[in-house]
Amino acid sequence: MAELSYTDAYIADILGSVATIAMVGASPDWVRPSYFAMKYLQSKGFRVIPVNPRAAGTQILGETTYADLAAVPHQFQMVDIFRNSEAAGPIVDEAIALAQDKGIDVIWMQLGVRNDEAAARAEKAGLKVVMNRCPKIEYGRLFGELSWSGVNTKIISAKRQRLRR
Amino acid sequence: MTDDKKDKEFGFATRAIHAGSRPEPLTGARNTPIYQTTSYVFEDTDHAADLFNLSRFGFIYSRLTNPTVSVLEERCAALENGRAAVAAASGHAAQFLTFFTLLEPGDEFLASRNLYGGSMTQFGLSFKRLGWTCHFVDPTDPENFRKALTPKCKGIFIETLANPGGIVLDVEKIAAVARDAQIPLIVDNTMASPYLHNPIEWGADIVIHSTTKFLSGHGTSMGGVVIESGKFDWFKAGKFPTMTQPDPAYHGLTFYETFGDFGFTTKARAVALRDFGPSMAPMNAFLTITGIETLPLRMERHVANAQAVAKFLAGHPKVEWVSYAGLPSSPYHDLAKKYLPKGPGSVFTFGVKGGFDVGRRMVEGMELFSHLANIGDTRSLILHPASTTHRQLSEEQRVASGAGPDVIRLSIGLESIEDILEDLDRGLSRATK
Repeated sequence: MAELSYTDAYIADILGSVATIAMVGASPDWVRPSYFAMKYLQSKGFRVIPVNPRAAGTQILGETTYADLAAVPHQFQMVDIFRNSEAAGPIVDEAIALAQDKGIDVIWMQLGVRNDEAAARAEKAGLKVVMNRCPKIEYGRLFGELSWSGVNTKIISAKRQRLRR
Repeated sequence: MTDDKKDKEFGFATRAIHAGSRPEPLTGARNTPIYQTTSYVFEDTDHAADLFNLSRFGFIYSRLTNPTVSVLEERCAALENGRAAVAAASGHAAQFLTFFTLLEPGDEFLASRNLYGGSMTQFGLSFKRLGWTCHFVDPTDPENFRKALTPKCKGIFIETLANPGGIVLDVEKIAAVARDAQIPLIVDNTMASPYLHNPIEWGADIVIHSTTKFLSGHGTSMGGVVIESGKFDWFKAGKFPTMTQPDPAYHGLTFYETFGDFGFTTKARAVALRDFGPSMAPMNAFLTITGIETLPLRMERHVANAQAVAKFLAGHPKVEWVSYAGLPSSPYHDLAKKYLPKGPGSVFTFGVKGGFDVGRRMVEGMELFSHLANIGDTRSLILHPASTTHRQLSEEQRVASGAGPDVIRLSIGLESIEDILEDLDRGLSRATK
């Protein structure tokens, strides 16, 4: 499989335009990666709505969990998929069907999640797609925090960085 | 699906100066400030908990991360085209962090027998007491690594350009052996520096430097760094529970799943550096960052001077042999042209006629060359490995690793080449008088 490549501008545009994220596969277990990502994205001002049939009706990080995307009673611009690559397919199809109704613009598949067929369907439906990336890591990379962990952000600039929360 | 345009890739010299170091946001300070600081104020208890849980990025305590050290880490990762890096107090500490993150007690690994003597002692003797067994391999035939593999082997460790000098390994072929065995290839790239050689380009998964040497470059600062390529699939390999299983030393966190392609260095930092504590001092990081800014310029002069010295010694009547891969007569000349096209470093060995005693007298008789145990300084350095860096090895190991009794090691510095040659000529005359 060819390596995925997204420009910084493409990712920054997504992270800059999205306000609410439906996180499919959000876990109530505080040691799981989805919990880390949800908490981090909340701290950066995103609203994150957990979607997880096994936790439906319970609260995760102050938000009510819903069984599926259709059950979420809010608008959300992005679907962040914390499921395996195969399971991502039907979730993408659900998102495509709901795109108009919910205002969905972006399908994001987490680190290790990649479903090229589903991505092609989403793009055909006019949605932006990111696969095998983590929005938490990408946000940290583009806005300077990931450098604190010794990661090669590939960002070089002599401009003074704007402080962000 | 993906944007056709690619982000700009900056050149090596640009990365050497800028990577990891933007103007400081609060004051606008252009150079990297020296954060001579131990600890960082939390916004509230929840922020503190998130930092300790690794669910947010940020500074806690300089044993783990420090704002000056993290600039050096990102810069080294950028120079090696790696994904991420973690710094340590020395190259040896960097090696310890690497193997502690890879191995369980009872595990094994392979290492080239042509290594810095201190690494051979660390691997062969001190690691053994931790339950890790190193099998040393003659690296000149890459297939020797395949033959030496055992089911418990979890890595292959080499120096592409080997210390004390002159030997260049076929890193691409050794990387293929590691790939077939689904274990990481770890390359100590100290002798070449990232300017002359990038092991990740040839298939290495982890690169280690003693930053004390060419990266710092001025003999001022101890340090080491571990860089991960981000390309090794720890799940697929299926033999690295420390990366893929919930870690009891970190409240059940699974490092590879959570941090993906920088999971290895994150774990090395969050567990090995946290629990053993060999962190780099901020001042050393600052001096090393400053050194790296001129790395391309210095390395060009280092290799130019080394080439001139090797040529001079090869034609000197009192010299028995010269082992420098930049000489066309070297058996490693072709490998050097492939893997080190800008020059095979500035550290190499030669033998004087008359053996051990003449060698010892020469080392003692130099005026400009400093007799000391380091390499990669602006100053030219001279050493008799058999009585110093490789002293703890057996006679057999010493000869095998290129540090036999007649061997003298040089690290050619940046002084005027006429002065370097004159000092060597005088030293040889005095020693053989």
